[in-house]
Amino acid sequence: MKPILALTALLLLTGCGAAGNWGWYVINPNTTQGANNIKFLLNGFGATILLSLIAAGMSMVIGLMVALPGMSSNRWVRLPSRIYIEFVRAIPLLPMLFWVFYGLPVVLKSMGISVSIDAFWGAIITLAISDSAFTAEIYRSGIQSINKGQTEAAKTVGLNYRQTMRYVILPQAIKRILPPLANQFIYIVKMSAFASVIGMQELTRRANELVVTEYRPLEIYTLLIFEYLVLVLAISFFVRWLERKMGSDESR
Amino acid sequence: MAQGGPAIEISGLNKWYGDYHALKDIDLQVEHGERIVICGPSGSGKSTLIRCVNSLEAHNSGSITVDGIAMKDAASVDSIRSEVGMVFQQFNLFPHLTILQNLTLGPIKARGLSKADADARAMQYLERVRIPDQAHKKPAALSGGQQQRVAIARSLCMEPKIMLFDEPTSALDPEMISEVLDVIVDLAEDGMTMIVVTHEMGFARKAADRMIFMDHGEIIESGVPDQFFNAPKSARTKQFLSQILQH
Repeated sequence: MKPILALTALLLLTGCGAAGNWGWYVINPNTTQGANNIKFLLNGFGATILLSLIAAGMSMVIGLMVALPGMSSNRWVRLPSRIYIEFVRAIPLLPMLFWVFYGLPVVLKSMGISVSIDAFWGAIITLAISDSAFTAEIYRSGIQSINKGQTEAAKTVGLNYRQTMRYVILPQAIKRILPPLANQFIYIVKMSAFASVIGMQELTRRANELVVTEYRPLEIYTLLIFEYLVLVLAISFFVRWLERKMGSDESR
Repeated sequence: MAQGGPAIEISGLNKWYGDYHALKDIDLQVEHGERIVICGPSGSGKSTLIRCVNSLEAHNSGSITVDGIAMKDAASVDSIRSEVGMVFQQFNLFPHLTILQNLTLGPIKARGLSKADADARAMQYLERVRIPDQAHKKPAALSGGQQQRVAIARSLCMEPKIMLFDEPTSALDPEMISEVLDVIVDLAEDGMTMIVVTHEMGFARKAADRMIFMDHGEIIESGVPDQFFNAPKSARTKQFLSQILQH
């Protein structure tokens, strides 16, 4: 937490030194206006967190479903997973977001399925799919890093493929997968900012809206950056704790 | 199952790795209760041969019948694997599980035993390999010799009729070799059918009913230990034995 305090202090000091350039009043908690503004901005946390969590959860499930056939010895089983990964990985997030939000309902409608995709689910679907290509590769590298002898030993004690994965391979792979997966989650949290462009009321959207009415972009975007910083640091600490908890008992 | 027939019957077995002919027209018959030791230089196909018996390697042609079950589809492979235990050079214990969990995973998940029954069975076999006091440790806390004995106990927990040993002492420090071989000799004396790939010739003289020498994917010579060691017929066997027995 020390670097944050130092940074905050620095920013506040520059604010004091060059009065006139800074207008911290827009987010001064001691005034009604400032307090309301802060409340408005902080209320975006819920949406950003929920969006990221659901998208990350979906990405982890889709990623595993893509990764497992991707490791088959049969190339025809492997192929669709390879195509999915290469294709999805090549699409930038923002165009995919537009396509899902504006295009997908039209496609679905032409197929006789009439669903409207709101900003929340549009963002989640896009983030989950776009991220799943990366999660799939993380799973693959983690699973393939487990010695082949483990699978062979599992076969000789009668375990089938599903049991081998569940009881032998994945519990070992998860420790190696966790750090890059956490990295990927942080990436999702940050990429969720793109949801603002289709009108999702998360952190960035709220900051944008406030900037339009208050016209103090410097202060509001500064606070926005700190909001993400706090979120990401909290995730980092949680993952560290999880790694310690999971990694500590291998040699006992 | 088929009481009269042999434990393992292999005929015309061929295995290719790309262009490399790893096993050439292997014929081998193993009787119930027979103890076979396979030796040969590295790359001779001895490990590949026993790995074909429980289908860890797929063969290209020829037939394998284990305890009356012909290997043809996935279901027959499953039945064969349930008859055959295997011990690996690198132990291949599950590092994230305790010794006891290593032993009970197969019986509980694949055989549907209750945890209590599986635990009791596991403890019985841990007694047999003389390390019951290590049951609640993780594999990494054990010595190599202990780990290999756990691996043997893990196989025995599946109550196989046939045991395959793939260089079980090659990854061990010299002082731990005998504790593992003693356990295998014990098993042999109890009448377990086994194929052991090893370079431990002292063990082979003591435990084997039949010796097999392989080179370049072929069975060069096969015979009872006495004749095999004292009067080998093939020049290549002679040369190999003189190389590994000269110390």
